[in-house]
Amino acid sequence: MQHGKYRFIVGFLAVPLGLYGLFVVWPFIQSIYYSFTDWTGLSPEFKMVGFDNYKRMLHDEIFWKSLQHSLLFALVLPLVTLTLALFFAFMINVGGRRRRGGPVISGVRGSSFYKIVYFFPQVLSIAIVSLLFAFAYNPDSGAINSLLRGIGLDSLQPLWLGDPSLALWCVMAVLVWSTVGFFVVLFSAGMASIPTDLYEAALLDGADRIATFFRITLPLLWDTVQSGWVYMGILALGAESFAVVQIMTTGPGGPDYSTTVMVLYVYQKAFRDGQAAYATTIGVALLVVTLAFAAVVMRLGRRERLEF
Amino acid sequence: MGSTSGENSTTAGVGRRDLIKRSAALGLISVPAMSFLSACASGGGDDQGKAKSGKKTEKNPLAVNDTAQMEFVLFDGGFGKEYAEDAVKIYEKDFPKAKVKFSATQKIQSTLQPRFNQGTPPDLIDNSGAEQMDMGVLVGKSQLADLTPLLDAASYDDPSKKVRDTLRPGIVEMGQFDGKPVWILYYAYTVYGVWYSQKALDSLDEQYPETWDAMLKVCEKAKKKGMAGWTYAGKYPYYLPFSLYPMIGKVGGREVLDAIDNLEPNAWKHPAVKACFEAYYELYKKGYVLKGTPGLDHIQSQTAWAKGKALFIPNGSWVENESANVIPSDFNLAVSAPTGLDSSDKMPFGTIWASGGEPFIVPAKAKNAAGGMEQLRIMLSEASSKNFTAKVKSLTAYNGGTDGITLTPGLKSGVAALEKAGDNVVNPRLQDWYVQLQKEKIGVSGLGEMMAGRLTPAEAIQKIQGFADEAAKDSSIKHYKHQ
Repeated sequence: MQHGKYRFIVGFLAVPLGLYGLFVVWPFIQSIYYSFTDWTGLSPEFKMVGFDNYKRMLHDEIFWKSLQHSLLFALVLPLVTLTLALFFAFMINVGGRRRRGGPVISGVRGSSFYKIVYFFPQVLSIAIVSLLFAFAYNPDSGAINSLLRGIGLDSLQPLWLGDPSLALWCVMAVLVWSTVGFFVVLFSAGMASIPTDLYEAALLDGADRIATFFRITLPLLWDTVQSGWVYMGILALGAESFAVVQIMTTGPGGPDYSTTVMVLYVYQKAFRDGQAAYATTIGVALLVVTLAFAAVVMRLGRRERLEF
Repeated sequence: MGSTSGENSTTAGVGRRDLIKRSAALGLISVPAMSFLSACASGGGDDQGKAKSGKKTEKNPLAVNDTAQMEFVLFDGGFGKEYAEDAVKIYEKDFPKAKVKFSATQKIQSTLQPRFNQGTPPDLIDNSGAEQMDMGVLVGKSQLADLTPLLDAASYDDPSKKVRDTLRPGIVEMGQFDGKPVWILYYAYTVYGVWYSQKALDSLDEQYPETWDAMLKVCEKAKKKGMAGWTYAGKYPYYLPFSLYPMIGKVGGREVLDAIDNLEPNAWKHPAVKACFEAYYELYKKGYVLKGTPGLDHIQSQTAWAKGKALFIPNGSWVENESANVIPSDFNLAVSAPTGLDSSDKMPFGTIWASGGEPFIVPAKAKNAAGGMEQLRIMLSEASSKNFTAKVKSLTAYNGGTDGITLTPGLKSGVAALEKAGDNVVNPRLQDWYVQLQKEKIGVSGLGEMMAGRLTPAEAIQKIQGFADEAAKDSSIKHYKHQ
């Protein structure tokens, strides 16, 4: 019997694990291997160079800048996005004024409309969002500066993406705008599963909205917030940040390296400069950063699981 | 076969401690991986299956095998693919027994990188566009065939003239990296300079300024009429060199540009460089640069310029095609060689930057390299060149080929500028030798910052010289020198 059980389990797991191994683990091993070579990516010849690429990376100023920006992305973006999303989701689901004869908790007026509006950017691909914002940030005829002129702020015409001190924030704002809707929906779903009697009890005890949020909603939503945090962090370290930086920024990565991120640097080294091996080295560093980020978040976020 | 031979080479020339450290790390990864790796992304590459050469005749100077298949991969970009298809038809007519496999793609690198890695590249490639494969690396890794046989072959139209002698100035040199071999043939010919609307200039009652004082005067006049003097692709400030580099050449002579290309120490500290940087900075200082320019990309800046918000823009001859839908019909597009400082400049007014575009390469491991070269020889005939110019509004490497076809205003002005320049054509190479240095370091972090007013010319020069010195010392990039 026992023997048959394992065969049964193995039968189910073999295919997915095999696929995972082939398409996820194997490329990882390959890239780590290539990071010890001098492969250009353009010819089959290469040789082992030991830790040369890693030594070079540690002395590469642009690498450190991109690392710094990637870390900033991983810290600021989840914080801002999730805070906003929590606020919106709370207002949509719980934050409404109590109406006579209505349900105990409800969202603000027109909340179903807002829910759709918030989700809208999620429907657009990140490339389109970046392009739209590239137009909006155009200092000469873009929407933002035109608006500023329209309300009489002629003297305030920032260069946005052209200004090293603003560019990174402009890029982050786009990512927040385009991802916040997803988390609003995610958190709304989470909030819907919180039993209303908990809210009723809190209201009977005279809790206001803020107290309800921090004492009831947030603790019961914690698991969702935590996975949202990891998800958002990986997004900020990976593909999404690449797309916006590549499409929107000066250079791309500028002005003066003020927006360069690790994924962009990997791409440039591999596909512009023909230094595939060095690119994989930066890729390995990115892997380490991403794993560390996930580990830190899981560790910090560990709490007693609440049963309800 | 890279991966297996790689094992041995680590043992050469490293100390014992290093060796132990390295082999420990390698052992972790490579032992289980080694046997598979030779079969993955890289591997292969033997000289097998090359076509035998055919019979050399007057009509077939490259001795093309008339039954061998020829494969041609074209970049399908701004120039389209019709011109190449037309040339393929001629090849098929000349060698009716040969099969031609023609394809056009925008994804040069993703399509061809694996084939280079397997050692089975096509016979002729137009290595262009956003996915261009790095030429320096291809040359450095001996992946390209020397095109000298093509250049020394008789030209398609006139057997008494070599192909080499039918090309425009600079084309052959551009295909060289170090030493004699010519690795690349640039088929299109681009004129760089200051682009403007003749109509706008006429409305100011001005001629194109030849000295910097005159330039400032024209800009001042334009400013009074509510028009900025200059704009440029602020997000891609490496468009600025299109007029700035030839100006440096004009002021200080070719040697200054060569020294810069050769990454010589203190090349950027030459007084001519300083004078030109200061001249450009003055445009910013005096408010002659369109407001907001540092935040505009190339399309946005060209659109602002076409709308008449700015008078001049540094650009290349593709601008006529690229901005065709925003340039008004009475714009009267014109290009001029860059304005110099004054009459004490080393080179005369008219000194211009012109060089090849659309780099065609024949891979070293191509099965039918002669066929690839023959296809190029066909494209460099007068008829094919004319066909290209008529279809895509651009000149080709073939010197001539503009008679009898109607030229657009920009193209006409480009031809006139080339005629005026004569031999005074400069060809700075930074943008094809050191892409990263030219684009993000000199362009974005140096010139871009200076023109946005965040660096003074002296600081910009200091910074750029630092970048150049870094690149000169960087052993991970291949270095080139002017011959």
